[in-house]
Formats: sequence, C-alpha cells, structure tokens
Amino acid sequence: MKEKPDVLQGTLALMVLKTLDVLGPQHGYGIARRIEQISGDLLAVNQGSLYPLLLKLEHEGSIASQWGASENNRRARFYRLTEAGRKQLRAQTRDWEQTAAIITRFFNVKAEDIL
Amino acid sequence: MKFLRRFLIRVANFATRRRADQRLRDEIAEHLALQIEENLRAGMAPAEARRQARLKLGADEAIREDHHAEQSLPFVENLFQDLRFAVRMFLRSPGFSLIVIATMALGVGATTAIYSVIDATLLHPLPYPNPNELVRIEDDLPGVGAQDVSVSVPEWKDLENSGIFQYVAIDFFGSSNLTGSAQPTRIAAKVVTPNYFAMLGVGAQLGRTFDPGDNTPGFNLEAVISDGLWKRAFGADPRILGKTVRMDNDVYQVVGVMPPGFRDQGKTSEERNTEAWSAAGFAAVPFPPALRNSRFGTAFARLKPGLPVASAQAHIDALVASLTKQYPADYPAQAVWNIRLIPLAESLVGNVRQSLILLFGAVGLVLLISCVNVANLLLARASARGREMAVRQALGAARTRLIRQLFTESLLLFVLGGITGFAVLFCARKFLLQFVPESLPRLNEISISWGVLAFAIVVSIAAGTVFGLAPAWLMSRLDLNTTLRQEGRGSNGSQQRSRLRHALVIGELALSLVLMIAAGLLLRSFWDLFKVQPGFNPSRVTAIETWLPVPNDPKTDIYSTATQESVLLREVLRRNRTLPGVEETAVGDRAALPLGHGKDDLNMSPLIREGQDVQSSQPPLIDTSFVSPEYFRLLGMTLLRGRLFVDQDLEDTPSIAVINQAAARTYWPNQDPVGKRVRLRAEKPDWTTIVGVIADARTESLADAAIPQVYLDIYQRWAKDLAFFLRGQVDPATIAAQVRTQIQAVDPNLPVFHAATLDDVLSSSLSVRRFSMEMVALFAATALLLAGLGIYGTISFLVHEQSREIAIRLALGAQRRDILKMVLRQGLTLAAAGAGVGLIGALIVSHLMASLLYGVSPYDLSTFAGVTAVLTAVAIAASYVPALRAMRLNPNTMLRSE
Repeated sequence: MKEKPDVLQGTLALMVLKTLDVLGPQHGYGIARRIEQISGDLLAVNQGSLYPLLLKLEHEGSIASQWGASENNRRARFYRLTEAGRKQLRAQTRDWEQTAAIITRFFNVKAEDIL
Repeated sequence: MKFLRRFLIRVANFATRRRADQRLRDEIAEHLALQIEENLRAGMAPAEARRQARLKLGADEAIREDHHAEQSLPFVENLFQDLRFAVRMFLRSPGFSLIVIATMALGVGATTAIYSVIDATLLHPLPYPNPNELVRIEDDLPGVGAQDVSVSVPEWKDLENSGIFQYVAIDFFGSSNLTGSAQPTRIAAKVVTPNYFAMLGVGAQLGRTFDPGDNTPGFNLEAVISDGLWKRAFGADPRILGKTVRMDNDVYQVVGVMPPGFRDQGKTSEERNTEAWSAAGFAAVPFPPALRNSRFGTAFARLKPGLPVASAQAHIDALVASLTKQYPADYPAQAVWNIRLIPLAESLVGNVRQSLILLFGAVGLVLLISCVNVANLLLARASARGREMAVRQALGAARTRLIRQLFTESLLLFVLGGITGFAVLFCARKFLLQFVPESLPRLNEISISWGVLAFAIVVSIAAGTVFGLAPAWLMSRLDLNTTLRQEGRGSNGSQQRSRLRHALVIGELALSLVLMIAAGLLLRSFWDLFKVQPGFNPSRVTAIETWLPVPNDPKTDIYSTATQESVLLREVLRRNRTLPGVEETAVGDRAALPLGHGKDDLNMSPLIREGQDVQSSQPPLIDTSFVSPEYFRLLGMTLLRGRLFVDQDLEDTPSIAVINQAAARTYWPNQDPVGKRVRLRAEKPDWTTIVGVIADARTESLADAAIPQVYLDIYQRWAKDLAFFLRGQVDPATIAAQVRTQIQAVDPNLPVFHAATLDDVLSSSLSVRRFSMEMVALFAATALLLAGLGIYGTISFLVHEQSREIAIRLALGAQRRDILKMVLRQGLTLAAAGAGVGLIGALIVSHLMASLLYGVSPYDLSTFAGVTAVLTAVAIAASYVPALRAMRLNPNTMLRSE
C-alpha cells in the first residue's frame, strides 16, 4: 500500500491560515474537516496535532479565538485570522509560490534546454 | 532575538501552562464529540464511531506531552517539582529541618555579620571621588627610631613640585574654641592647606571651599564649616556665607558649608567628625619659620590619574635621595630619612585589619563547622532514606535525577538557613552594633546592605553546593539488591558513608579545637593586659579637658606665657579642690592623659643630650608631657631618684624635667641621669636639667611597658590642650557641669568637654582587643556546641546502627558495662583523632596570630592542654547519652521486633 505523504513541516500552518482566510471563522473540527476535504484524503493529517498548532499560532498572534456556538449548537472555540495572520499568509503564499515555481521549472527542464 | 522571543514565550507558557493544557484537553474532547457525531450520522455503531474517531485523532496524551515539552521549560519544571517535594519532606520531619536551618542560620548569620564590618572598613572605597588616587605621606626616621614624624613646609613644596601629584595637602587636626554662641564650645577643627578639599575632590553644598591656588603664607581667615555645625550653631541660616565666626578669638569669614554626608578623613572618629576647617600656608606667623626640620601636620596627596602607588613611591625614593644629598645638615645619614606613600584607605584602617582578618577567619571556621554538621545530618538521614532511594531507583529513576532531587533538598535547606541568618542579623543589627567598639574605623559606615545580602546568599549557595552535593552523591550510590533485601532492617549504611561521616566529625572536632585554642590564647592575652600593673592608679580619677584659644596673632593671646597661664591654672585647681568629694587635683596637657589619646596626639620632642648629641645630627625623639607638680602624686607614680616638681619651680627659675626609667635606661645607660642637661627644642638654646626619675608607667599603651618619656613642668612651659585631673568620690553625671562652672568663672570663653574616668579610658583603650577576644570566644563556644552535637549525632547513629549487634551481644551474656565502654571508646577515638588534627592546625594558626597576643607564648602549653582536655570532656559527655541508651537496650524487644 502506498503511504500517504506526511504533512511537511510548516505547511500545515499555511493550510490552516489559508482555510481561515477563505472560509472565515471556523472551529477546530471544521478546520480539520476542510483540510481533509481539500487535500482529498491524500494527506494523513494526524488531526490531534492540529490543536497544539492552533495554540501556537494564537500565541504568535496570527489567529485569534473566542468561544461560540457550532452549527449544531455545541459550544466550540472559533478561530479567525488576524491582520498579522493575513500578512503572514500573504508573505508565505508568495514564498511558497516562488519555491513551487522554481521546483516546477526544475522538473520541466530537459537536457536540451540547458545545453 | 528569535531565540530570546521563543524563550520568553516558553517562560510565559510556563506560567500559563495549566490553562493551555486545559484548553488542549477541552478542544480535543470537543473534536472527538463532533467526529463521533458525524460517524454516527454516517451510520456507524456507537462503539465503532468512537473507535474511528480516536484513531483519526491520534494519541491525545502524546500530543499534549509533545506540545508541553516543546513549549515549556522542563528544567525549571523539574526544579519546581523537586522544590515541592523538598518542602513536603521538610514538613514531614520538621525537627530535622529546623535543626539544619538553625545551624546554617547561625553559621551564615555570624559570617555575614563579620563580613558587614569588613565590608565597611576594608572593602568599601572611601567616600571621595577616585579614592584610589589618594595617599597619605609618612616621613620616617628609622635611624633614630621615629615613625611618621610629619612633614615640613619645604618638603611639602618639594612634593608639590615633584610632578607626580595633582595636589599635596597638609592637615593639622586639633580643637578650636568656638565663641559667640550661648556656650563656648570646643569643636573639632582642622587647619589645612587651601588645596585640601580640591585634593579630596569634594565641593561645598553652599558657597565654596578654599581656592587651591591661594598662596597666603599664614591664615587666610576663611572658614568652611560642616553641615552639622551649620544646623546646630547657626540654625541652618541660608545667608551664612560672608558672616563671621570667632574661633580661638580669631575672626573668620564663613565661605562654605560642606554637604550633609561629608565626613573628613581621619584615623579617629573625632577627626572624622571635624566641623570647621581653616586654611593656611603654614609658612608665616603664627607658624614657625619654614625650616626643613621643623615638622608638623600630616601630608596627604592625590596622585596623577592612572599612576600606580608603587611607581609614585619609586619617584619619591629618588627625590628623597637627591634631597638627602642636597641638604646633608637637615637629613643626617644616620637618621635614614625616607618617605612612604600609603594608600589612604589602608592608612585609615591601620592595625584593625589584623583583628578583623582574625575574626573573619574565626567566623569562617564556625561556618565550616556548621556546614560539616549539616552534611553529617544529611548523611545520617540518607541512611534512613536508603530504602526510598532504592525503590525510586528500582522504579527507573535515573541516578542524576536522584542526585538532583537530593541536591535540591539540601540546597534549599542551606539557602533557607542563610536567609534566616540574614533576617535575624538584619532585625538585630542595632542591638549588635552596640558591641562593636567605637574606636573601630569607619564604624558609622557599617550597614546591612544589598551587597551583604548577596554575600549571605552566595555563601549559603556555595556551602550548600559543596556540602550538599557529596551526601547526595553518596546517597544515590546504592546497591539496589542489598538495600531492598534488607527490608528496612536499619543497618544499611555503606562502608563509604560511615567513613565519610567519621571524617566529618573528626574535621569538626579539629576545627573547633583550633578556634578554642585561638580564643584561649586571646583570652589569656586580654586577661594579662587587664591584670597588668599599669604603674599608675586610675581608680577614682576623672579627667576633664579644656582648650585655651590660640589666636593667630600672638600679641592678642592672653595666655602667651607660662606665667600668664599659671594664674588661670592655679585658680581653676583651687576652685576644683573645693568641689564636693574632690580630694586631689592636678593639671596636665592632653599628652599627659593616660591612654586616652590617639597616636596623632603624641607630643614628640627631639632629645638633645648635652655633650652627646651635636646640633646638626638628628636627635632621638621622646614622648613629652607637661604636668603640674601634683600630677605624679595624684596618679600614684613613684619617684625612684632625685625630686619631683615643686611650687617654687616657675617660668623664670631654671628649667627642669622628670624622666621615666625607660628614658634613663635608653639614653643614659649605666649612668645617673639626675643632673644631666638636655635640650628639648632644637630652635631654642636653653638647657633643661633632669631632676628626677620616676618608675615606668604604662600611660601610653598597656601592652608596652617601657616607652621613654619626659615630663616638663606646666608652670614653666605653657600648653594649650589641657586636662584637669580630679581624684575623689565625685558624681560622674554632674562633675563635668561643676568643673565647667568653675573654669568659666575664671574665663567664660573656655570650652569644657570630654569628662571621663580613667577606669573607663583604660577599659576603652582595650576595646578592640576585648571585642575580638569576646567574638572569638563566642565563636569558639558555638563551635564547641556544634562539635558536641556532631559527635552526639554520630555516636547515636552508630548505636542505632549497631543496636542489633549490641542486642545479640547482650543476649549472649555481654556485660552492660562492656557495652558502655565499647560505645564510649568509639566516641573517644573520634575525639582523639580530631584533637590530633586540630592541634596541628592550632599550632599553625597560633603562629600566624602571634602579633595579636600579649604576654603569652603562641605555643602556650597550658592553653593547648586545657583546651584539649575540655574538648575531650565534651566528646565523652556527648557520647555518654547514646552509650547509656545502648547499655539499657532490651535484647528481647530489640531482637523480637525484627
């Protein structure tokens, strides 16, 4: 059986930020679900590891949280992107795209292109 | 930066740890609930729904722990855990903890107390800017046995021009008679060169100090006053500047007021409390002509910045050599004139340094003994906790972790002890300061400051590290198998541990023996000094001082001749005799006051013997006093040969002198000095005839039997600093006022001060010695107590360890007496080993402190033997109690109980 790739260090944070950016305030379970959906079950996110990350991001000021009621009226903590988080997301997105572009170019390179 | 931020976040997390953990828990629970709900909706069975949810989430415990380890400070957390555990352990055995804390409090408290004295006197820089540049300049004439003979004006100029000093100043400390206020008061006053304050580097709070460039040869009639005098005598008048004050009948203009905290430099507290300064060039009337051998005043200087004292001294040596060559008549080769530069701070402390270092050594030993005692207790406890340690180790505790735990415990005990000691010291500081002799230099600067607190904490941590680590290390070294298998049968002390414990007790006994011998020797010295026959009778004698003004213009001096002064003296003496209780009276100058004056008040005169000392050579210097005829009888000094002064000796009759036996022995060996003629002032050609020799009296120093002295008749030569002596049953509370009334009835402008009985003067002259003797004795007693406790603890423990063996012996028919003997022998062996080591240490220490002893050899056999006997007795007594316990052991119960 082919193993699902682990989430790269740091990319999970980026996914969380992007999810919050696109969908607005979400509770932890919601974020986990979205990530799972978007990555199309390709990614094995150990869902538990999401929560320490959320704590850390909140400490760093990229996200903020407050208690609220979930869809089915359970008490849940809702996370939202802060201004600092938005800035960080933009910067990281740029970095990521750059890296991805460079890597893509490397993959597309053929011997005759260089010679 | 990033590291720092992460660290700070960790610290913050550490504080909010509980909250974060709780939140993680909540969120994970929430997540699971939602997931399970969804699983159920997807049609799973409830059990399966839960299982799948958990699987998807992962191991939540691990997640939380990972998060924790990453986000927090494990070291600090362990420390807190250890501390919590340590506190619980203390509370479980409060007796043990209290003993340890009290022992350490004693050791650290005593050490800190002595340190605070040393901090103020030896370590603290002087309260002047760049104090390291300040030096005292001392002229010595070792060839004629004279030290610190002051400088002359030409020498001062030479020093100023030598190019290595910023300023060279002369000061001349004395009294001044301040008149104009309600009561003429005698104030401590200094005549200084105008650059004096510039040299010290201190300015006035109001007005200015003297202009360092002022070249007035005589007095410039400006005065600077202290803040205290300004407030006391002038009501802190803000317009004081420009006003005039009358000191010794001269009118001075106040130009400045020194700041409140300013204290003058000086060897005595009197000098440090100088209240008025006047400036003079020391080179014109009323000062004698500026000759090279007319020496007075003490010179101080501020070195050029960055110049070390040693290289300045080299410059000075070269200068002295060239001056000696240039002025051979003034600096005869046999006098070996030289100049020493002494850092000012050092010169002010003087010989107190030795006593303080002795005290610090003594208190250090006490601290060491306390530490050893505590280490011993910790080891004993280690055995009791052997099983606990073994169980922990068996359950997988790492050895380093165990050591850390134990070390934390002992360190906490040491630090608590240290803090307790400091707290007690801080609360009792006022009470304790009473015991410090007033003559201690810089006494008023002693304070329990932050530095002292830091010292206490550092000492306790250092002690805790050294003496806590070893027991912890030994405790953690257990043979798991044996310890656990013994099933708490008591005897589980390893060979190594008991060896260490014995070594500690031996060390403790040795250290206390050293201290006790030091104390014994000091006690003997003090006792000998106290019991010494002073050669005069101080009992029921009161001395009261006055000061005749010395106006700068000799023409206005109403006491310029001995005849003029004698009218005053005779009248005051006559009036004093009428006071109730007074039997005899006499008068002398301040130098005639036995033991009551500092070295700076000594009046040294050159002794030029007729036919022996040529004019040009440097004559020996001799201690000179001026006294009235009744002085010798009043103080009970015996005449050995010739006669004493009589009332017929007057200013216009031939000048006569009385010398003491030491002077006769030193300067006229194997001759009769009576009838010999001497000259006591180089510049005056009149001869003085020696008419009598009196027995030596220790009026200069109780410790020194034979200081050559010469006495002159006060009716033949005037003196300005006077002391009236009264013998009789007088009321010490009112006598000063009574004498003041009498003196001021004759001259209302004279101040009267310093009434003291000679007995008090005598005992305060021994105050520093008494202080160090009492302190060392106190420390020695403490050490003995601690050593006694130490040996008691060890023997008790041995008995406890051997109780099974003893019980078996008893059961097999051993005599109880044998058991007693066996235990006592163990105690005695320890005592003997301790005494052996201690005697060697004591020999070294007593050799080092030989200079502090008086009349007793540093290897005094009776002290050594007596102290050893006391120590042995204490050791036996301390082992006796556990020995009795061993003897009374009931073999039946003992053996059954296991």
